[in-house]
Amino acid sequence: MSATLLIEQLINGLQLGTMLFLMASGLTLVFGVMGLINLAHGSFYMVGAYVTALATASTGSFLIGLAAGTLAAAVAGGVVELLVIRRLYRRPHLDQVLATFALILIFSEGTRWLFGSSPLWLSPPEWLSGSVALPGGSRYPVYRLMIIAVGVLIAAGLYLLISHTRLGMRIRAGESDREMIGALGIDIQRLYTLVFALGAALAGLAGSLVGALQSVQVGMGEPVLILAFVVIVIGGIGSIKGALLGAVLVGVVDTLGRIFLPALFGHFMSPSEAAGVGTALAAMLIYILMAVILAFKPQGLFAAHD
Amino acid sequence: MTEHPHDTAAAPVGAPWLGRQGLVNIGLLALTLLAPLVAHLLGEAYYVNLATRIVLVAMAGVGLNLALGHGGMISFGHAAYFGVGGYVAGISAYHAFDGSLLMGLPGSDEMLAIWPVALLACGLLALAIGAVSLRTTGVYFIMITLAFAQMVYYFATSWPSYGGQDGLPIYLRNGLPLVDSQDPLTFFLVCFALLLLAMGLTSRLMGSRFGAALTMARLNETRLATAGISPYPIRLTAFVISAMITGLAGALYADLNGFVSPAMLSWHLSGELMVIVILGGVGRLFGPLAGAIVYVLMETLLGGLTEYWLFFLGLVLLGVVLFARQGVIGWLAGGEPHG
Repeated sequence: MSATLLIEQLINGLQLGTMLFLMASGLTLVFGVMGLINLAHGSFYMVGAYVTALATASTGSFLIGLAAGTLAAAVAGGVVELLVIRRLYRRPHLDQVLATFALILIFSEGTRWLFGSSPLWLSPPEWLSGSVALPGGSRYPVYRLMIIAVGVLIAAGLYLLISHTRLGMRIRAGESDREMIGALGIDIQRLYTLVFALGAALAGLAGSLVGALQSVQVGMGEPVLILAFVVIVIGGIGSIKGALLGAVLVGVVDTLGRIFLPALFGHFMSPSEAAGVGTALAAMLIYILMAVILAFKPQGLFAAHD
Repeated sequence: MTEHPHDTAAAPVGAPWLGRQGLVNIGLLALTLLAPLVAHLLGEAYYVNLATRIVLVAMAGVGLNLALGHGGMISFGHAAYFGVGGYVAGISAYHAFDGSLLMGLPGSDEMLAIWPVALLACGLLALAIGAVSLRTTGVYFIMITLAFAQMVYYFATSWPSYGGQDGLPIYLRNGLPLVDSQDPLTFFLVCFALLLLAMGLTSRLMGSRFGAALTMARLNETRLATAGISPYPIRLTAFVISAMITGLAGALYADLNGFVSPAMLSWHLSGELMVIVILGGVGRLFGPLAGAIVYVLMETLLGGLTEYWLFFLGLVLLGVVLFARQGVIGWLAGGEPHG
């Protein structure tokens, strides 16, 4: 268990955390502002990845692909908000869960219908495919570092957007008192569509970025969606700060657990048993973390409001 | 958890046999019982098994409905109990098959031994999960039940001893004394009897003081507290019973398919169970049965027409949620739920 491996895995954890933050910030924003629970958020992630893969393949430019993927997810989000989501704001959470579950079926099967079941492939562009030296002698892919950098930029951008712009002021006002901002003459419906599309764009960006690391396929958004839910539940639903902290926590704990738990059990079990128990426990680790946090703080670490 | 789609008034729990809704209910039962009998006479074992599937999915829904419909607890993790029930049947048969021991205990291929273990395992799991989850409310509750179910799911996929992602076959359907469980019709009748038992238990529970307290915990927690009753143990009890019913359905479902896999634990299945309950009519005794009939038939018919039947299911479901919130029973019988 060398220090190099630890550093490498820590960066991997940060990179997963960054992706999770992009997913979770959209989810938590939509919940915080509109009080809406959106299971179909993972579908925007999938849309982002598919469009990026297709656009990159046809234009040859990863950057154009990235922009197209993010934009497509934003448009998909806006359209879904107009057609479906806006009928759900005043409905109970149960209706929201079911309707957005239905949206997942529609998006996933629709995508399978259009593009088939076999995955698409997207490779990172030449200029991002190198690696840099880590202290200790091993090397780390530039592309993954770039994902972390993008995540940090987005986090900073979101912070500025929400705390320093007129739109952000309206979003914050929408979180604390919907009736009042309506009374102030602000078009709430448009604000909601905008926030929803923004959340979808963030999910789409996450999908676009990760598409170059793994295969682009139907259902790819679901595991990430569930992790993102864990993140926002840990962080406190509605809190961007909580989403950031929760994402890093979940990313790092999950990554380190998968590497080190089997090794840990290897000290007092046979190798095959240790691999079994270690792997099973590692897969459960973040859910255990969530249960422990909620046992002490039922509203999450940074409870905004329920 | 205080919210509920149909919280207009505390509708009294009346006899489910009366009025238009009673006719619909009796019709549903008759259809469920007669269709496989006819299929059996025609020698169509496939349709008998299809009816058994409907009955078991309905039973899982009856379990969920107790928590979701009657208790207002939006559990997004009932697949955990369905799957654990299934794995109890599978693992027990596995050890009985090769004669090995599990923690010093032999396996068994007798349903009468498997069912109590499945009930106990699901009850204990639900006790642990419910004890933590019920400390939270609203979206947190939904998400936490989902997360716990995922925990069980990932445990099953990454535990190699019982097949991991590939699942575990049950080579020979587990047995029952005096009857031939291999016979499709006999197995159907056993499942149907257990479904009736589960519905009878739900009806008795909801007609009792306990049911009144559970209903009040859903409708108005403060009023319940004023009566000196704490909602937490009431909800937890209902949650545990709910999980046990769903778990028993899972054990039988594994026997029906001769197979258990992590798919029985997946969050898709939790979603489907919710869909079935809502589709049929949430908080209605016969809702899960109606929902299961519609769902399984839709799956079979649409699935025969197109590979992408889930796309159309999604559209139907979206339509039901947006425009027809009383479900099939509400549409057929009208009136208030919780009867």
